[in-house]
Amino acid sequence: MKRNGMYFWGGAALFLAGALLMTQVIGNQYPFFACYVILQFIVLAVAWSILGGYAGYVNFGTSAFFGVGVYTAVFLFKATGVPLAVQIAAAAAVGALMGFALGLLTLRMQGIFFSIATIAATIIIETAITNWRYVGGASGIQLQRPAVMAPFDNYVEMLFFVQAVMVVLAVAISRYIQNSWIGRGLQALKDDELAAECTGVPTLRLKLTACVISGALMCAAGAPAAMYLQYADPASAFNLNYSVSALAMSLIGGTAHWAGPVIGAILLGVTQQLLTVTISSEVNVLVLGVMLVLFVVAAPEGIVGLIRKVRSKRNEGEG
Amino acid sequence: MKRRTLLGGTIAVAVLGLTTAAIGQQAPIKIGMSMAQTGGLAGGGKASLLGIEVWRDDVNARGGLLGRKVELVVYDDKSSASETPAIYSKLLDVDKVDILFAPYATVPTAPLMPLVKQRGMLLMGNFSFQVNSKVGHDMWFNNAPWGPADSWASSFLDLGQKAGGKTIALLAADQEFAQNLAKTAREVATKLGMQVVFDQAYPPSTVEFSGILRALKAAKPDIVYVASYPPDSAGILRAVNEIGIGDNVKLFGGGMVGLQFGTVMENLGSLLNGVVNYNTWLPEPQMYNDGTKAFFEAYTKRAVEAKVDPLGYYLAPYGYANGQMIEQAIKAVGSLDQKALAKYLREKTHKTIVGSITFAADGEWKETGVVQAQFRGIKDKNIEQFRSPGKQVILFPAKMKSGDLITPFEAARK
Amino acid sequence: MFSFELLLDAVVIGVLLGCFYAAVSLGLSISFGLLDVPHVAHPAFLVLASYAVYFLNEHYGVDPLLAGLLITPLFFLFGLFAYRLYYETFERRGSDAGVRGIAFFFGIAFIIEVLIIMQFGVDQRSVTADYVGKAWRIGEMRIPFRLVVAFVVAAALTILLTLYLSRTFMGRAIRAVAQDQEALRLMGANPIRIKQWAFGIATAVLGIAGALLIIVAPVEPTLDRTYIGRTFCVVVMAGLGSMSGTLVAAIILGVAETVVLTLFGASWAPAISFAMLLGVLAVRPQGLFGRRS
Repeated sequence: MKRNGMYFWGGAALFLAGALLMTQVIGNQYPFFACYVILQFIVLAVAWSILGGYAGYVNFGTSAFFGVGVYTAVFLFKATGVPLAVQIAAAAAVGALMGFALGLLTLRMQGIFFSIATIAATIIIETAITNWRYVGGASGIQLQRPAVMAPFDNYVEMLFFVQAVMVVLAVAISRYIQNSWIGRGLQALKDDELAAECTGVPTLRLKLTACVISGALMCAAGAPAAMYLQYADPASAFNLNYSVSALAMSLIGGTAHWAGPVIGAILLGVTQQLLTVTISSEVNVLVLGVMLVLFVVAAPEGIVGLIRKVRSKRNEGEG
Repeated sequence: MKRRTLLGGTIAVAVLGLTTAAIGQQAPIKIGMSMAQTGGLAGGGKASLLGIEVWRDDVNARGGLLGRKVELVVYDDKSSASETPAIYSKLLDVDKVDILFAPYATVPTAPLMPLVKQRGMLLMGNFSFQVNSKVGHDMWFNNAPWGPADSWASSFLDLGQKAGGKTIALLAADQEFAQNLAKTAREVATKLGMQVVFDQAYPPSTVEFSGILRALKAAKPDIVYVASYPPDSAGILRAVNEIGIGDNVKLFGGGMVGLQFGTVMENLGSLLNGVVNYNTWLPEPQMYNDGTKAFFEAYTKRAVEAKVDPLGYYLAPYGYANGQMIEQAIKAVGSLDQKALAKYLREKTHKTIVGSITFAADGEWKETGVVQAQFRGIKDKNIEQFRSPGKQVILFPAKMKSGDLITPFEAARK
Repeated sequence: MFSFELLLDAVVIGVLLGCFYAAVSLGLSISFGLLDVPHVAHPAFLVLASYAVYFLNEHYGVDPLLAGLLITPLFFLFGLFAYRLYYETFERRGSDAGVRGIAFFFGIAFIIEVLIIMQFGVDQRSVTADYVGKAWRIGEMRIPFRLVVAFVVAAALTILLTLYLSRTFMGRAIRAVAQDQEALRLMGANPIRIKQWAFGIATAVLGIAGALLIIVAPVEPTLDRTYIGRTFCVVVMAGLGSMSGTLVAAIILGVAETVVLTLFGASWAPAISFAMLLGVLAVRPQGLFGRRS
């Protein structure tokens, strides 16, 4: 276990160092634009999976959290001009509050009822933002980036690195949860909530924890998007695409292990980025559809499940 | 003058033809853009792109530009703002395109403006609305006939005031473009001393408009200014036909997107009669310029195969005109230097198939080219009727005028 | 601004609109409400039916409602096939299809969207019929015929389905399978066959619902995304599996939406109806007419 942890933190440090090195060495901007989007989806998928994967509560409202993150940043930037880090921290705080409210919903609703409630909440929040003139309302709002901070010489490179840091943070949290009593509790709750409750698992506290963490991460992932796009409009910020992608990426990767959503997000994110600049037509949507169907049919436990199967078979062969 | 350009052109073509033959394998000039192929803007995006493609084939048939072939690099932005920054970065940093065209509409274009400004690239706009007002990029040329921000609303409200209108009702979709229109309409109404008696923003997912139109009717306005999107435009006109709008309404329409698209017009048929709506191009005799007719012949043939709007009046000729302006600029400057091209585009007047275009300092058209036209004598289920003149009579601007307003609205509907 | 005349108008239109919502939700009330299939592709099937109706109307001049009836057998077969596929991939392997089922149907929905775009293009389509574009006058009030048609069809469908589920052998079997699959198996019936049949019916109903969809308003290929929220909202609010409950819940939503749209800030209309849904779920998680307590 301990050695595992060392590997993990070593890997994370390498990843961040690599990202930082990339910003200093590579002059071509496109990798940063494209990788930013992929990193953003990793955070979303990992965050979604903390609630949806470990606890089995399917949140359809990823786009609501993402959008609120975007608009928290927009509001703060317009009102006070605070730096990016503050915007992200504030978005995380708002997301935690939203997650808490979501957690209270789970008191009364389970299964698909919970999912429908998250859709309803998304529409309500989007409508509220659409009617909020200060942040641009339905017409959207254009923003001007402030000057970039050292050691970066370009704002998008900085955003890329910030998002990379968030990936490490999200994955570390997700990994911690999985290996701690929280993860085991959530697992018990997923299998049978009533039974877990009876055997003394503090289900409400666990669910609230999962919701708060998941919500905070999703909102935080959305916050830099305001500066990335330098523009925000409700229809793009609350796009159904975020909800479907977070769910699809987690499932394709597998929800039983923290690495699942990461693998799924990388696979699907890279595929989408590639398709956008190759096929670039409605066939793009078709590929997403076919991938979803194929994976849930052929690999019910996701890619992580496939890897486990292969491994256990090999072990059998050896033994 | 004309003969000289023609002669010059012929020589240029001949020379270019020679150099093409001689150099042969020289790298093409790449023009990069994203265009909505899926999502809400796809209908317009596909038509616009086809217009640009017709230009590309024309210019290549003439021997290309600077002796090089013209090639388009086009990606799908899914009608969303979040896709375009990465796409344009790919166009600039990986594909190394020479010229940038903007995607169709405001939302996908807005996130690009700072990026393009920072890179010092020229950007030919494609029907976005006031997207440069905050950014202030001096190499932005929006090829859309909107002109000054308030000219749209004022042309329509002027017509209403001349017809004796004193009160106005505003019905706008709660979305970006429509809300911008509604905002300028409010300002213009105040300026003209009109009273706004009804002002509602309806949500984009609205299915049934009978209720909201009933409330509008109860406000008894003289002028009804509608800013709506394609699915809603049809729903609103149907509801107007079913429940009526009241005898005191003198003018109805203004900013309904969708009533320019072939299939929508075909579906609505006689429901369109009497509506006064904005347009960018119409088959009225005054609107034909050099090459317009040939363009539509080429476009129509290809549109049917590509399952794109068979009429294509709204966007396609402007796509072609974008190409024409770049073609003229490159030929005059003789290089792909962005600053020199921008200088040429800013200072000169450009002859295109949609008329002469001059840009103001902010990159919008100096004068509005939006026409307000009234639908007349439309029959049901016939798309070909829209190709003949007289079906959409132009009321504004004065120099394009092809008829007078029939008012009140209920009378014009018969 | 406020007047009782307008309110009355809004309520009447709202009831009719609600009936339309009910008609497009009834199929889901069976497939999701009774069979627990997380059928997020339901609205995509619906839009597909609309395009089939459009095709028949445009090329052969078939009346849209008749076209809707004509395609029901096809949709029934389509439903049988879709359930078989779903069953083989999920239910047979284990009990928990849950979230994977949702992803599966999202995938199916995307595939249908793209197929429609490839066949018909992205432009919106609508149908022509005598009852489209005319209104019925009662005093000052005008009621669009389109909505009257929706009202009649929704009422007929609700009555037929309620009768079918309570009076016929198969209908009772479907309700039994929803309550206790094992008991039915013990009695010697094959629950899978029954569920497949029920899913077939749920899909067949979409034939007519699709006709209504394109009669009431024009359709475009990605319209299904708007209807995911709306149809699930109706079914969940009604309480799973209740046909008459679906009608009532849909009418409540229709009235709330129209009244807000007509008399208060129109832009708040979607928030109001979904806030109502949240309220109902919070107070009565089993829905207004739920079968489970």
